[in-house]
Amino acid sequence: MKVVMNKRKARGYREFLYILPFLILVAIFSYYPLYGWVYAFFDYKPPFPLSWDKFVGLKWFKSMVDNSVKIKQLLSVLRNTFAISGLSLLFSWFPMIFAVFLNEIKNKKFKKFVQTVTTLPRFISWVLVYSIAYCVFNSTGVVNSVLQSLGLIDQPIMFLQSSEHVYFKMWVWLTWKEAGWAAIMYIAAISGIDEQLIEAAKVDGASRMKVIWHITIPSLLPTYFVLVMLSLANLLSNGMEQFYVFENSFNKEYIQVLDLYVYNLAMGSGGYPLSTAISMFKSIVSIILLFTTNKISKMIRGEGFI
Amino acid sequence: MSIDSPVLRKKKKNKIKVSFADRIINAITYIIYSIFAFVCVYPFYYIFINTISANNLSERGKVIIWPKEVHFTNYTEVLKIPDLFQALKVSVARTVVGTVVTVIIAAFLGYMFTRETLWKRKFWYRFVVATMYFNAGIIPWFITMRNLRLTNNFWGYIFPMAVSPFYIVLCKTFVENTPKELQEAAEIDGAGTLKIFFRIIIPVIKPILATVSIFSAVTQWNSFQDTLLLVTDKKYYTLQFLLYQYLNQATSLSALINSNVSAESLAATLARAQTATSVRMTVTIVVVTPILLVYPFFQRFFVKGIMIGAVKG
Repeated sequence: MKVVMNKRKARGYREFLYILPFLILVAIFSYYPLYGWVYAFFDYKPPFPLSWDKFVGLKWFKSMVDNSVKIKQLLSVLRNTFAISGLSLLFSWFPMIFAVFLNEIKNKKFKKFVQTVTTLPRFISWVLVYSIAYCVFNSTGVVNSVLQSLGLIDQPIMFLQSSEHVYFKMWVWLTWKEAGWAAIMYIAAISGIDEQLIEAAKVDGASRMKVIWHITIPSLLPTYFVLVMLSLANLLSNGMEQFYVFENSFNKEYIQVLDLYVYNLAMGSGGYPLSTAISMFKSIVSIILLFTTNKISKMIRGEGFI
Repeated sequence: MSIDSPVLRKKKKNKIKVSFADRIINAITYIIYSIFAFVCVYPFYYIFINTISANNLSERGKVIIWPKEVHFTNYTEVLKIPDLFQALKVSVARTVVGTVVTVIIAAFLGYMFTRETLWKRKFWYRFVVATMYFNAGIIPWFITMRNLRLTNNFWGYIFPMAVSPFYIVLCKTFVENTPKELQEAAEIDGAGTLKIFFRIIIPVIKPILATVSIFSAVTQWNSFQDTLLLVTDKKYYTLQFLLYQYLNQATSLSALINSNVSAESLAATLARAQTATSVRMTVTIVVVTPILLVYPFFQRFFVKGIMIGAVKG
């Protein structure tokens, strides 16, 4: 018996050796960079190695808020971040409704076609989305051409080079890219609804809208709830790619979200330490948000999502 | 489905009776979804017909419904830009190499994390999966990459993405749902851990490997931020990055292409001289085509990926 146990153990160690190289990769690329947070406490200039006499304590954290210009900038970045995340949250029901009514379409081919083409944009990059936006909305693009030939406008509208409705436009692009894909989750949930329930309701004389309102939507709410919790957890993380590609000197004031601000600071005046300090702050708040929303989810649904 | 059963037939009749309100709802749904579909399809179509139309027309926004004065010189001219061809090679290379590496590792770790014998299995699984929920931020990541000499280096595209926790979770879930007897039988026959992986696991989990490959390939092809952060050497630019640069400097670029064309052929036709618009649009089509070609055929794999992910993630 003991021999068997030892054999088992030896095998376990051997298997550990097989996966060790990959664990090292994880340690290097995911865990080791956390050590870089120390840069937030030093006066670090890129080419030189870190040394203790450059230790500055919480200087960079204090410098985020030590004069009114910086406070103003940080507040404007936070305003943009919350505005864009908030707008997505406010319209987070859209993919659900999209799925519900798509399911009402009886023509299978049409349904399949709509589903395919609306999920497609999820798989092109933000650079391509920007490129498409540019081609369609620039001064000689199709939108301006059509509006002009209909006589609705005299001068082309500068859709991309403008500081107006930036949040709304960013939400539109995000929705164009993601909504069809997000709907797939709900379509799967709808196909899991008990057919008999719907039949019974119909026999009792429920109209289509009533079935949707009293059966379909309530059975999708758990999925919806989880997704809302997840986007609450990601409140501060809009990602930077979308905003980086759409950024220009006209919309800069409104488009700079936290992730982009971190990048711009690092590349611009702020330097590495300040940028690291801000992203560190953001990470910690995000982790707290994640655990909080997970807890809420556990309390309400009885299970978390981590 | 057969329509013969009396119940179904009755249902059909009922529907026709109720129909007026229903018919209006139907019509509205069809119209709205047609608009959604149009909004998603037309931009691609619009850009494509512009790339094959006369460039002096496309520049002034005259090509909206059908291509006009069709020609394909834009594509041959754009592919002559040396940087573009190099970037195409880099993009294809990182997509192929990156996908192969990521998928093999995901399959292997996904399998290993189901092995009860593995030393401290649960701990190491959590060690890997936890990385889904945090990241150190771009500067510490960049400094790490620089210390590892992975800036301006092709492998900088491959290594950081090699171990991907999400794909590992997908593979692990799939392996767990395959019958244990297969592995047990092989073990009785004396097969070792690795032999079981190659001989038994790989053939069984092929469906999930297809899903993971597609996801990974699309991620690699679309990746932009890593080039932005890590690469300054033109040799390692990807198509996505080059496209972004072209969007901001297409005017000078078209001048460059046109200056290479001999004076005679330039005078020959204005319709074929490269314009800022034509360069932008043509490169856009070049970059988006692989996705457009691959996506419709592999859609079911994409969908399956999100379903399994939704259960676990």
